[in-house]
Amino acid sequence: MTGLGSVSRRATLTMGGSLVLAFALPRRLRAANSAVTTGALDGFVRIASDRTITFVIPSVEMGQGIYTAEAMLIAEELEVGLDQIQVVAAPPDGSLYAQPLFGSQLTGGSTSIRGFFDPLRSVGATARTMLVGAAAARWGAATSDCAASRAVVTHQPSGRTIAYADLVDDARRLPVPLTVPLKPESAFALVGKSAKRLDTPGKVNGSAKFGLDVRVAGMKTAAVAMAPVPGGRLRQLVENNVRSMPGVVDVLRLEDAVAVVGEHYWAARKGLAALSLDWDLGALAGMSSASLRAEQEAASMAGSPIRGRADAAAAQALGDAARQVSATYELPFLAHATMEPINTTVHVRPDGCDIWVGTQVPLVAQRLGAEITGLPLDRVAVHNQLIGGGFGRRLMADTVEQAVRFARQVPYPLKVVWSREQDIRNDRFRPSYYDRISAGLDRDGAPVAWNHRVTSGTVRKYFDQDGWPEGKLDPDAVSGAANTPYALGKMIVEWVRHDPPVAVNWWRGVGETHNVFVVESFLDELAHTAGRDPVAYRRALLADNPRSLAVLDLAAMKAGWGTTLPPGHGRGVSLHESFGTRAAVVIEVSVTAGGDVTVRRAVAAVDPGIAVNPDSIRAQIEGGLIFGLSAALHNEITFVGGQVEQSNFNDYRQMRINEAPSIEVHIAPSGRPPGGMGEVGTVSAAPALGNAIFAATGRRLRTLPFDRAQPAVIAAVEGKRVAAE
Amino acid sequence: MGSEVQMRLQINDDTHDVDVAADMPLLWVIRDIVGLTGTKFGCGIAQCGACTVHLDGRPVRSCMLPASLVGTRQVMTIEGIGQTESGRRVQAAWLSLEVVQCGFCQSGQIMAAAALLARESHPDDAAIDAAMAGNICRCGTYPRIRAAIKEAAR
Repeated sequence: MTGLGSVSRRATLTMGGSLVLAFALPRRLRAANSAVTTGALDGFVRIASDRTITFVIPSVEMGQGIYTAEAMLIAEELEVGLDQIQVVAAPPDGSLYAQPLFGSQLTGGSTSIRGFFDPLRSVGATARTMLVGAAAARWGAATSDCAASRAVVTHQPSGRTIAYADLVDDARRLPVPLTVPLKPESAFALVGKSAKRLDTPGKVNGSAKFGLDVRVAGMKTAAVAMAPVPGGRLRQLVENNVRSMPGVVDVLRLEDAVAVVGEHYWAARKGLAALSLDWDLGALAGMSSASLRAEQEAASMAGSPIRGRADAAAAQALGDAARQVSATYELPFLAHATMEPINTTVHVRPDGCDIWVGTQVPLVAQRLGAEITGLPLDRVAVHNQLIGGGFGRRLMADTVEQAVRFARQVPYPLKVVWSREQDIRNDRFRPSYYDRISAGLDRDGAPVAWNHRVTSGTVRKYFDQDGWPEGKLDPDAVSGAANTPYALGKMIVEWVRHDPPVAVNWWRGVGETHNVFVVESFLDELAHTAGRDPVAYRRALLADNPRSLAVLDLAAMKAGWGTTLPPGHGRGVSLHESFGTRAAVVIEVSVTAGGDVTVRRAVAAVDPGIAVNPDSIRAQIEGGLIFGLSAALHNEITFVGGQVEQSNFNDYRQMRINEAPSIEVHIAPSGRPPGGMGEVGTVSAAPALGNAIFAATGRRLRTLPFDRAQPAVIAAVEGKRVAAE
Repeated sequence: MGSEVQMRLQINDDTHDVDVAADMPLLWVIRDIVGLTGTKFGCGIAQCGACTVHLDGRPVRSCMLPASLVGTRQVMTIEGIGQTESGRRVQAAWLSLEVVQCGFCQSGQIMAAAALLARESHPDDAAIDAAMAGNICRCGTYPRIRAAIKEAAR
């Protein structure tokens, strides 16, 4: 009964004495793996007889404002106000809530608005069409005489009204319309206007519940110790009478981890500290950052590249160019360091399993729960929670897997909490990268040939259930490198796969965070080689790309590009088009003679297509920039003796308010389909910062993080000062 | 092994009699014993400020403060701060400027900001930096925090 472009009414449910109307997305928009259903919570719109309207939001809220933005899409067409609705997290159900761009239920890659922009508006329009139809039928009126607004249908000739809640019974007996027209952009009442976020009030008065705040009757709390080296195993555990300590309930073991269970977290943590643990460190006990880097460099030189882009005659164009420029860039492993440490609450019973967790991949959490407990999938419930920072960490469910393995050993609900030190040391890290890049320039200094070789591991080895086949391109490895905003001549972009011995994961900005740093830094090098201004150099390569040219010009103008700065100051620019969005950022820094970098100001210009919730877009750019600046300035995960050296915010340093720049965000909507936003600011940050440091000091920094290069910056600043004298 | 001690804590408007280990940080008493979960665990070593509460109006990091050292001092958490003038103004400004993203650090941010405004009615940028630099936000809401403190001071 489902036609293209329509929405099918999937079920009418009775819940808590209220009639609810549930709508499902059409089959063509559903996931390929759509076998999963959990029954009760169904559909996207529930209108109860007590007039409560609930939207089930398919994407998880981790700070990006998606509960509000996706609610706006439904409400726009349903003709209800955001003040009239409440939102709940979708349960795991790929047949309903799959992200159309992935074909699976997950939140990441700045896909939420891009994927759900049309489907969620269709949901709202279909529900409204049926409710208006029900009202018209009741009145014996033409639907064209009826209008909907704020959850009420009005018969315009007579002025009679009836609330949606009083129409649900009739509406659910109507045929589902095969197609529903969607409003043109000019008719939007909600979309495009900044809306107050629905999740904010509870987050300013302490009532919002994150995963860490879950409290279940009878629940105990576990503190965990894990093998200090990846792949390590527990050799011996001496309990030291820990079970007699006040509040300690249990000691649980896995092959590679130990949990002490307490009546509360502090008792568990004290018990953990009292254990004597002996670990077999395993095969990676000799691993160090130096050895990892050497292996990656060797792979870049000797490995077999997989082509991401290979223009005809590109190699010859490089050889024939009037001038060649080459450079090597290196990016480190990174932790996510979300504010909310890893936690999962699990209750395993003979007949079922409940998992309370904030996860970006609820289907994976459910599958792991079923596999480990041996329960059928439909007996495993995942209760998704507000997430205290995702940044990609919660796209991996290794943490859920561990919690279920512990919880299946005990009859009570178990909350597993990692300390900050465990959160950082046992993260699944952003991969390290080793990039060699060359350009051939013509006599005017413009690029005519481009050769970029990326060497890295692939996240897909861990993210995809069946791993990632050898020899196959991971598109993430070259995204932002094979496709840039510019005309760069004949290009070769290739990837040498070199999987490190430690597990890797997505990290905010994904492949573009790495590649755009390399491309935009190197373009700056080319501009310098050509003796051209960095903005003017880029403009000349954007003749066929008016959208990117427009944001570049806007950012440059708003930042006062070209105006004089005090000595020791510099401006840098970056530009990219990623996730359907165009973004240009100008960063201004000052660098002291001691090499200390202060980020003074950031000016962003963004073309997001249609800006659904403009204030949330501003917030994502502000926050994305600071996230990227923190990492660019300070962050790397390093290994000695197989162990992660960093542990907490004292040695995995984050930008603080006294170090944060002022940030201006200028939104230039183009009316195109909406682009993604969560990753965008982070992608812009490092290259704009590095280019600004170059402008201030004359020193090109090709290795992240920049504070590792502080002696070099000091030398450069000194050199400039001496030269000036 | 840490014997348990009995203590009487004044938290927001309520009195709580608890028996806990003498070294148990106030954070875990508030969260796990009293059951007020608005105060967050972020680092455990007083580096991030997510656990900030007030003792007699002064901001402290509850993750490293043994509850047994609180004594008769009044504990104020995010759940109660809206009843103070500075807390009410800070919460209103946070809402007005949409400061919050993930929100996990914001209880601590708001407690630090409310304490600042209670002792300094019109803080300048340097005063804001000094008062707020102990509170990390991984979502990067700092520009809005700065603006919201100034709005709350109006």
